[in-house]
Amino acid sequence: MSVRVDWRVSCRLVGTILKWLWVPLLLPLGLALYDGTRLLPFLAPMVGTVAVGFGLERLTDERDLRTREAFLMVALSWLSIALVGATPFVLAGEGVLGEPVNALFESMSGVTTTGATIIVDFERHSRAVLMWRAVLQWMGGLGILVLATAILSQLSVGGAQLMETETQTQDVNKLTPRISETAALLWKLYIGLTGLQVAVLYGLHLLGLAPEMTLYDAVAHAFTTISTAGFSPRGESIVAFSPAVQWAIVPFMAVGATSFVLIYFALQGNLDRVRDSDEFRFYVGILASFSLAVGGVLLVDGGPYTNLEAIARHSLFQVVSIVTTTGYASTDFNTWSSGAKHLLFVCMFIGGMAGSTTCSIKTLRWLVVTKAFRRDLFTAASPSAIRPVRLSGSVVDEETIRDIYAYTLVSLIFFIVATIFVVVDASRVGLAVTEFEAMGAAAATFFNVGPAFGIAGPLESYDPFPRSTKLAMTFLMWIGRIEIIPVLVLLTPSYWRS
Amino acid sequence: MRVIIVGAGEVGSNIAASLADSHDVVVVDVDSETVEELTYSSDVLAIEGNGTSLSVLGDAGIGEADMLIASTDDDETNLAVCGTAKTTGDVFTIARVRNANFLDTWRQSAGAFGVDFMVSTNLLTAQDIVRVVGLPAAVDVDPFVGGLVQMAEFEVTEESEIAGRTVEAADTFEGLTFAALVRNGDVVIARGQTPIEAGNKAIVIGDPESVQAFSRTVAPATTPDEARDIVIVGGSDIGYQTARVLEDRGLGARLIEQDPERGRELAEALPGTLVMEHDGTDVEFLAGEHVDRADAVIAATESDEKNLLISLLAKNLGVRRTVAVVEEGQYTNLFEAVGVDVAINPREATAEEIVRFTQEGKIENLSLIEGRQAEVVEIEVDEASALAGRPIRESMAELPSGVVIGAITRGRAFVVPRGDTVVEPGDHVVLFVAADALSTVMSAV
Repeated sequence: MSVRVDWRVSCRLVGTILKWLWVPLLLPLGLALYDGTRLLPFLAPMVGTVAVGFGLERLTDERDLRTREAFLMVALSWLSIALVGATPFVLAGEGVLGEPVNALFESMSGVTTTGATIIVDFERHSRAVLMWRAVLQWMGGLGILVLATAILSQLSVGGAQLMETETQTQDVNKLTPRISETAALLWKLYIGLTGLQVAVLYGLHLLGLAPEMTLYDAVAHAFTTISTAGFSPRGESIVAFSPAVQWAIVPFMAVGATSFVLIYFALQGNLDRVRDSDEFRFYVGILASFSLAVGGVLLVDGGPYTNLEAIARHSLFQVVSIVTTTGYASTDFNTWSSGAKHLLFVCMFIGGMAGSTTCSIKTLRWLVVTKAFRRDLFTAASPSAIRPVRLSGSVVDEETIRDIYAYTLVSLIFFIVATIFVVVDASRVGLAVTEFEAMGAAAATFFNVGPAFGIAGPLESYDPFPRSTKLAMTFLMWIGRIEIIPVLVLLTPSYWRS
Repeated sequence: MRVIIVGAGEVGSNIAASLADSHDVVVVDVDSETVEELTYSSDVLAIEGNGTSLSVLGDAGIGEADMLIASTDDDETNLAVCGTAKTTGDVFTIARVRNANFLDTWRQSAGAFGVDFMVSTNLLTAQDIVRVVGLPAAVDVDPFVGGLVQMAEFEVTEESEIAGRTVEAADTFEGLTFAALVRNGDVVIARGQTPIEAGNKAIVIGDPESVQAFSRTVAPATTPDEARDIVIVGGSDIGYQTARVLEDRGLGARLIEQDPERGRELAEALPGTLVMEHDGTDVEFLAGEHVDRADAVIAATESDEKNLLISLLAKNLGVRRTVAVVEEGQYTNLFEAVGVDVAINPREATAEEIVRFTQEGKIENLSLIEGRQAEVVEIEVDEASALAGRPIRESMAELPSGVVIGAITRGRAFVVPRGDTVVEPGDHVVLFVAADALSTVMSAV
């Protein structure tokens, strides 16, 4: 039986990514050097990843990536980066992170920009290790694959294939004729926005508005904001910082979840593109209406807050944080009333715009589902009417609509199955988890949001979950980030057989 | 004037016949039979050959020709003919095309394809259709500058919003100028303080959108607006263009097309139109969709017989106004005789437009008001004109009082005439001129 997939090509490309992973490791290494903490946890994976990378590259000379190989490559690269990312945690052996399953969970949560943490006691961890979590998220933000595309510029056809698999939004929205140039452009934009946030956060500190915000904190938070990821080196997340910092972080989370293509056009002065984008208006509308709803609930039930500014700040911050799948907490929303918490729970399923660093189902899909359903209602009454679904004026083809319906449905099924698994597995070991907490934890990991409610709450840790649940959640984060399809394709027997 | 016409189909021979009396006409066609027939039927020189060939054009006397009209049934051939003719010198070229894309390109870049004047058959027909159904309140509508400007005459009724106001108070439309009022059969030039009374007729000049909007305030009850119902049956290119022109005026029509694939194509291209996939001759269906309550039904399939049937069915259901496209020119009268309100023949419309264009000299176009009491004329401004190079306020002071500048177009863009607008040579100006001022005005401009 011959194999239809040339797995060596996929592995070769994964190798090309791995051999470059020593670069991001430089930052925590430098910090360890500066702080005088152990260097080995970072040096060893540097050597290891380069060696494995070169090894994989020797598998074949073939570089052309086809659809089948692209699926495998996408799935494998995220998995292998998570594995490399876990090694510093294991080698550092600080607290619960020393345990391999925990380390893998944390690393996967990092590269998939989930932000669900296993760490219980932040004080026990060195700044270098905490910074490595932030770096993992920053890399995962725009997608290791875009970076890879920029490096693998020799991939003429395969590059587009890769980006398509990554963004899953049918058209690649190329900004330049060459995919490698587009990737480079996106990264410049990404670095620019990150730099801007560092400047803003540290600027607030220098102005005396954010006494807690050191340069180290500013860098770590900028890394995990634009990437809509949500790891904070502080156990109290953004609760640790002043209201000024909390206000300042909101627009950066929102921008991170805005289509980078749109940001690019906005920076070019082409504001018509932004104004004419149905998805952008929908996205902003979602943020505004959920913020108002949460704010309204907090206002009515009193909530834990005494003044209007705090209610406005926390409702806006939490809605933006959850919708964009960042997962920061400006307050312990575990203490909120049930109504407010349920609104946040719904927010987990939305996600930001397609073509951004966000996860979850994404506003593009919800908008298409809404429009298609409205159309279907219309044609139910008027069967001979032909009504194409339009997005910002252009027609969405029926095949795409079917794909989007299917994707949305499959996501919800995965979420339900994951919830049942969490409930059953927790009760197996005698861990008290309510259904709502289980749903929250399943959604938070599968949709890469991060914090949920109750024992997985914003200021809590995922550590109490049994090892089997942690592994299941690691899997959920992995397939959630690459939008299920590549993994499901790999699990199809016919994919492998001829 | 020596005119070469390439393509002796219905359009070409129609133009040839119209021009033969006053011009030297040479007709070129590839078909020997057509050429022979034409030689005997009209007083023209008919040459057999391909108009895209330089030697054939040479035989037709392109060197001495003043004008070339490419009117074959093939768009690309017509463009190629014009392009070829342009290589020989400065002959004025006119091309007939069906596809409005070519027209868009040409409008955006004057002289594209070597064409000096372009007429899109289908768009022209669509505009004719929309004019007929779109402004039922208007007693007269005439297009100027190839449809960029419209002159319309409206009856002001008791219910009309503008009745009892002054011209100044009624003039709220950006692209619209009040030219005159007709009161008891007399033409009164519109000034700011002129009162508008019920029973008057208002003559306005402006871009089609503003005229349409104005029409809604004059006669809200009878003018179609977004809620009004126009049904187009048949997704031919004319049907498509009609829907598009209606969309441009802010009107969403319903379009019925039988072929699913074409229907999908139309639905994608026409965001403001409701496209339905069905047989337009199915009475059950038409009744089910309440087509009987439509304000107008336009039959625009590619078959004359079907168009006739659809129009008669619609009429029978109780539709107030039916318009049918008739490809075969000789049936137009028959259609109207059996009850179709308006029958439009695209080729005739095209030939008319081209002839109108060729016949006018300095005056590009004109329209007579109330039995020659006034004229609306379109002129191209040259350096010597009293209008050229200065603000309208200045030039108007020197002209007699019976003149109003209704609209200005520059390139293919509409310019709203205001006191400080400077008219440039090359602009097309649409003037409303009272009869007594006509000779003074025409010699000055």
